[in-house]
Amino acid sequence: MPATVTPSELEAITAAKVVDARGSACPGPLLEAKKGIGSVSVGSVLEIWSSDPVTKTDIGAWSTKVGHEFLGVLAGEGYERVLVRRRK
Amino acid sequence: MSGSLSLVLFSGTDDKLMAAATLAAGAAAMDQQVNVILMFWALDAFRKDRIATAHGLAYDAARPRPNEPVENVGALPWLETFRQAKELGEMTIRACSGSLDALGLDPDELDPIVDSAGGIASFLMAAEGSQILFI
Repeated sequence: MPATVTPSELEAITAAKVVDARGSACPGPLLEAKKGIGSVSVGSVLEIWSSDPVTKTDIGAWSTKVGHEFLGVLAGEGYERVLVRRRK
Repeated sequence: MSGSLSLVLFSGTDDKLMAAATLAAGAAAMDQQVNVILMFWALDAFRKDRIATAHGLAYDAARPRPNEPVENVGALPWLETFRQAKELGEMTIRACSGSLDALGLDPDELDPIVDSAGGIASFLMAAEGSQILFI
């Protein structure tokens, strides 16, 4: 799933909420994303931290399926920051 | 709701239940309706008095794995994952009434995550048009 924003645009985004799912194995981070998206308003961004490298692909697939916008991934130290904009 | 997933759970070992719970929670997060029916050893694993104890591993594990996390009690949080599936989406867990009878169990003896006792016809009706997996 291609990201819809450039890396520099991604860096500039401030998430409305950050969910720390580091250390959690599949399906943990996905479930945290599903839980977390309901707590940000439509149009706002949810950021999920995960140490599982498949999370970004999974959250990309989930975003497409349920109708949110997968923005992309930023590298953290030993984890990844996955950004999703709530669309509905 | 877009699509659905139906699981016939037969095996009652922690590894198979964890695989089932992962599928159920993933489907619930993807906005799919999840239908589960518990039969025999899977049903036995949902007994209130034993649900928190270790239920062993499938024969596929083949040998003791003393240094692997999967051998530790509580390393496979399948009940918690089923609870999350229920919280995140629409999941119904039925206890097969024939298996309740075969095991001499009353529905009251099951963990409250189990919604009701049910016959196979009601499960198949709910599962119509859905993928059905037997685990």
